[in-house]
Amino acid sequence: MTINSLPQDTVLPAPGIPAQRTEELGLRESATFDRATIADIQRAAATGVYDIRGWGAKRKVPHFDDLLFLGASMSRYPLEGYREKCDTDVVLGDRHASRPLHLQTPVTIAGMSFGALSANAKEALGRGASEVGTSTTTGDGGMTPEERGQSKHLVYQYLPSRYGMNPDDLRKADAIEIVLGQGAKPGGGGMLLGQKITERVAGMRTLPVGIDQRSASRHPDWTGPDDLEIKIGELREITDWKTPIYVKIGASRPYYDTALAVKAGADVVVVDGMQGGTAATQQVFIENVGIPTLAAIPQAVQALQELGLHRKVQLIVSGGIRTGADVAKAMALGADAVAIGTAALIALGDNDPRYAAEYAALGSAAGFYDDFQDGRDPAGITTQDPELSSRLDPVAGGRRLANYLRVLTMEAQTIARACGKSHLHNLEPEDLVALTIEASAMARVPLAGTSWIPGAK
Amino acid sequence: MVTLTAPETTAPTTTIDLAGSPVRDLNQALHNAIDGQAWTVTSPGGKHSLAVGIDADISVAIKGHAGYYAAGMHKTGTVTISGNAGVGLAENIMSGKVHVKGDASQSAAATGHGGLVVIDGNAGARCGISMKGVDIVVGGNIGHMSAFMAQAGRLVVCGDAGEALGDSIYEARIYVKGSVASLGADCIEKPMNIEHLEELEGLLAAAGRTDDPADFKRYGSARNLYHFSVHNSASY
Repeated sequence: MTINSLPQDTVLPAPGIPAQRTEELGLRESATFDRATIADIQRAAATGVYDIRGWGAKRKVPHFDDLLFLGASMSRYPLEGYREKCDTDVVLGDRHASRPLHLQTPVTIAGMSFGALSANAKEALGRGASEVGTSTTTGDGGMTPEERGQSKHLVYQYLPSRYGMNPDDLRKADAIEIVLGQGAKPGGGGMLLGQKITERVAGMRTLPVGIDQRSASRHPDWTGPDDLEIKIGELREITDWKTPIYVKIGASRPYYDTALAVKAGADVVVVDGMQGGTAATQQVFIENVGIPTLAAIPQAVQALQELGLHRKVQLIVSGGIRTGADVAKAMALGADAVAIGTAALIALGDNDPRYAAEYAALGSAAGFYDDFQDGRDPAGITTQDPELSSRLDPVAGGRRLANYLRVLTMEAQTIARACGKSHLHNLEPEDLVALTIEASAMARVPLAGTSWIPGAK
Repeated sequence: MVTLTAPETTAPTTTIDLAGSPVRDLNQALHNAIDGQAWTVTSPGGKHSLAVGIDADISVAIKGHAGYYAAGMHKTGTVTISGNAGVGLAENIMSGKVHVKGDASQSAAATGHGGLVVIDGNAGARCGISMKGVDIVVGGNIGHMSAFMAQAGRLVVCGDAGEALGDSIYEARIYVKGSVASLGADCIEKPMNIEHLEELEGLLAAAGRTDDPADFKRYGSARNLYHFSVHNSASY
C-alpha cells in the first residue's frame, strides 16, 4: 500500500489545506476513522480488492522498546568495555545433527526468497552475513547459485510450495528450515504477483511467466506433529543425519507449537512474531493475525524449559529486531539467536531517502514504502526488473550489511558487559524490567520499580 | 547389524533384511552405492523413509509394504515396491522410476519434479499434489483433491478420480479413463487431440499398461485464476 498505509499519527495535509493549518483550524480527526482508515475504505471501494503489501505489522504493539536492562551496581559486577571478553558465538543444531552450525554472532539473516528479492540482493545478504560469520536463509523459490556461492552458512527453507526443492540443494545446505508459518501471516501461504514472475523466477518455480502466483499454506505431504516427526526423519535420512533441522513457526500459539516441534525432533525452533516482514500479504492478515514477538518469546522458552531442552534445542527469534538492545533483550528472555529480515533490507538500502523522488512518484515516501509486491522498488531490492536490480551493488550492499551486523553485535555486547555477562547467552530475564504493564505481562519481567508481574502465579 | 559386501557390477543382488538392521543402514548403503548395483530389501515392515535420497543409477526392490516417504526425493535408478506404500510415496521425485505394485496412500508423488511413478493399484487423496513435472500412472482409482495446484507433468488415471480433481491446477495435464466425481476450481475437460493421444500412449507404455488411449478424457487448467481479480472471488 502506498499513501493510505501511513501511520495514524502522521500529519497529512487535508486536500486544499496545508498540514499545519488543520490543527490551527481546530479540525477534529476521528480516532476510529482516521485518514489511513478512510483511504483504505476509499481504495477498497474503488478497486474491489484487498490491499496487498510488504513489511510486517505496522500497528504499535508492546515491543522490546518497553523493556529496560538493570545494569550492574552494588550487587552485580560489570565487565570492562573494550577489555574484558564478552563472547557472541552460538552453536545451532547440535541436538541430532552431526554437523551443527557454529556462528560468530547470534544475529542471523531470515528467509527471503529469490523472486521476492533480486539476485543482487540475495548475493548481498550472503556476502554481508559471511563477512561476519553468520548464516543467511533461502526462501520460497529455491536456492540460487548466487546465494550458495556467497553464503558460508546457508539455511535451506523447506516450504509447502517446494518450489525449486531438490535433493542436490538439500545436500548442499548447511541447515534445513521446515517452514510452518511466518509471523506476518501465521496460517497463510505466499503470493508473488505477476510483475515479479520473470522467466528466471518462473523457471525456478515451474510456473508460467507473469501469472499471479499463490504458494500453498499447508505442506503437501504431512499434516500435524506426528507426521512432522516422520518428515523430519526422512530429511535426516536423505542428509545422513549431518544437517541441522530447524522448524519455523509464525507466532500464534508458540507454547504448544514449540513443544510439538521439539517432540517432532527439531534441532532448532524459529519463532517469528507479527512484526516480522513479508514480501506480499494482505494487509488485513498482517495487522490482525498473530502475536507480538515480545509475547511469543517467554511462551516458547517455557515450552523448552519444561521439556528440559532449553539451550539444547536452540531458539531463534525474529520479528522487529532493529538494534543490539533488541538482540540483547531477546536473548535475555531466552533466545539463543535472532534473525533479521526487514532491518537487513534497510541496511542494504531499502527506504533510503536518496530515492525520495521516486518513492513520491510511486505514491509513497522514504520510510513508508512497503509495496514489495509491485516489483518497482527504487532501491533495487524487492524487484526483478534488471534496471532497478542493477542499482544494488552486491559488494557494497554486503559491506553495509556486515557493518550493521557488527554494530548489532557490539551493541548487544555493550549491554551484556554492563550487566556483568561474559557471553550474550548469560543474559537472563532477571536483567530486565518492563516499562508498561502490558510488556510486563507479556515478557514476564517485573514492571520497573516493582516486583509485580501481571499474571504471575 | 547388516553385513554389507559391495556388489560388483555384474554380481548378484545385495540383500538387506530390515528385520535385523535399521533403516539408517539401508539408506547409508544406498547413498554409498555406485551405478549399476542392485539391491533387495526384505522385511520392510511398513517402515518409513525407505530408500530415500537415492543419487546413483541403482535398482532397489522392496519386498513388502513401505511406510511414509518411500523413495522420497528419488533422483536416479529404479525403486520397485512389491506391496503397498504409505503417505508421500516418491515425494519430490526428480527423475528415475518408482513402481508400486500395490496401493499407495495419500500425497503420492507430491511435488515431484520429474521421473515416472507407477502405481498398479489405487492411490489415496492428493495424488500428484503440487506436481512439478513428474509423470504419474495409476492403474486403479485416485482419491479426492488429486493434482491440487499441479504445476507441470502428467497424471494418468486408469480408474476413477475422486472429488475436486485438479483444483487450482496450473499447466499439468490429467488423463482419466473412468469417472471424475467432480472437478476442482479452474479445472476443465479439454479436447483430446492427436498429440495428447500420442503422449498418453507413451505414458501407458512406460507404465507397462495396455489401456487404449482413446478411452481417456483430458483435464487441465481453464487459466481463469492465473491473475487475481475481484470477479473470481466466488470461485475459491
